[in-house]
Amino acid sequence: MKTLMMAAMTTLAMTGAAWADEIKLAVTTSFHNSGLSDVLVPAIKRDLDLEVQLLVVGTGQALKLGAAGDVDAILVHSRKAEEKFLAAGNGTHRREIMYNDFVFIGPQSDVAGAGNAASAAEALSRIANAKAPFVSRGDDSGTHKKELSLWNVADLDPAGFDNWYKAVGAGMGAALNTAAGMNAYIMSDRASWLNFGNKGDLALVYAGDPVLFNQYAYLPVNPDKHAHVKHDLALRLEGWLVSDTAKALINDYKINGETLFVFNAVQ
Amino acid sequence: MSDLWGGLSQAFYMLFSLDADLVEITLRSLQVTLTALVIASLIALPLGALLAVRRFRIRRLTIAVLNALMGLPPVVVGLIVYIMLSRSGPFGVFGLLFTPTAMIIAQVIIIVPLIASIAHQALRELWSDYHDLLISMNTTHAQRMKTLLWDGRRALLTAALAGFGRAIGEVGAIMVVGGNIDHHTRVLTTAIALETGKGDFALALALGFVLIAMAIAVNLVIHWLTQTEKEGRW
Repeated sequence: MKTLMMAAMTTLAMTGAAWADEIKLAVTTSFHNSGLSDVLVPAIKRDLDLEVQLLVVGTGQALKLGAAGDVDAILVHSRKAEEKFLAAGNGTHRREIMYNDFVFIGPQSDVAGAGNAASAAEALSRIANAKAPFVSRGDDSGTHKKELSLWNVADLDPAGFDNWYKAVGAGMGAALNTAAGMNAYIMSDRASWLNFGNKGDLALVYAGDPVLFNQYAYLPVNPDKHAHVKHDLALRLEGWLVSDTAKALINDYKINGETLFVFNAVQ
Repeated sequence: MSDLWGGLSQAFYMLFSLDADLVEITLRSLQVTLTALVIASLIALPLGALLAVRRFRIRRLTIAVLNALMGLPPVVVGLIVYIMLSRSGPFGVFGLLFTPTAMIIAQVIIIVPLIASIAHQALRELWSDYHDLLISMNTTHAQRMKTLLWDGRRALLTAALAGFGRAIGEVGAIMVVGGNIDHHTRVLTTAIALETGKGDFALALALGFVLIAMAIAVNLVIHWLTQTEKEGRW
């Protein structure tokens, strides 16, 4: 019996060794929660024989991992932060790949009447006026930064809000769980919302303002700063991401018949 | 409540159909935690014995610190290990970050204080019984420690199992240093966190039940292999 255990342990210890090329890519939770990565990663493996290891983190952490040289490239959606990342010499360049959009989720009754607003900023003002519970990511992610910029457009400052404004400091899924539990308003990317399994009494209340478009960009980590990063593989992956294969996969990706992403890379 | 039943039935379904992903992450959980447990025990058990038999100047302080570190927040350990292993950190050249090895390192740090504290507590009692005998036999420190470790093995097993329990259910540290990469560093606990984030509570619970079942199975196997709780032995 003991020999059997030993044999089992040795096999255990040996699993996980040796594969061809592999690259570490930090992506945002919203991208991963959309399920698109489950379509793209196997296709990349098939076409390029390249194993993409996804690190699913918030935009803030993704940029940090890139700056430290712990990943080979990042795929995020927060333009200002990306430009700062490039200015600091952490990445070689920024390539826009695709976009999706943010939506406002809230209680089905829409107590604040955000659904009838003319713009995203007005929808937020209505929620603030009604003091309806609002869950904020509060984690310095791309989605959080977007939300803050919209409050700014609405001429409101979240720092001065009472306790109807709840910054949970969590990922998209965890924040949606909180909102579902409190029947609160929340801003989410459409993909995470459609894929979310615990909707409760929540519904989509507002969408469509162009300011809510959410541009994803691909940034390879600078090999001059971190000599060990696999820059050639990062460039190969970029070539694939802007190819017609990727274009078709991204544009055809649907959840419940709804298109989520629009490919807009300059080929 | 319906999620709970959904989770239970899904757990049974996945177990009996031997779902390939489930088997993979379960084996990886075992691989990481058992390796961490063996390494941590090799450090912590002799340390516990040393603290029991030797009187040195900072002994009290060491014991107090070890006891305090039992409550070490895993996410802090994760962050520290991350900074150490990061490419811009002191051990970056080894490229260990986001590998199972990094997860093992983090878990060793988390459970060494726990195992050492419990081991020391148990061996101290034993030492008070053995003290006069071992001193009068003019034994060396190493011999005393060996005797204590051997004769206290049942209590030390409990210490090790407590360490196993803490490591197998831990998520904060391995999420940071492992990165929860599919087919690479994903284990049961990080998969549970991921599915909870997606709002798929039934699947998250199913994985949770598998984790609990596995912890029970490992404990049973260890008790059976070491023949504890048998008539005439204790």
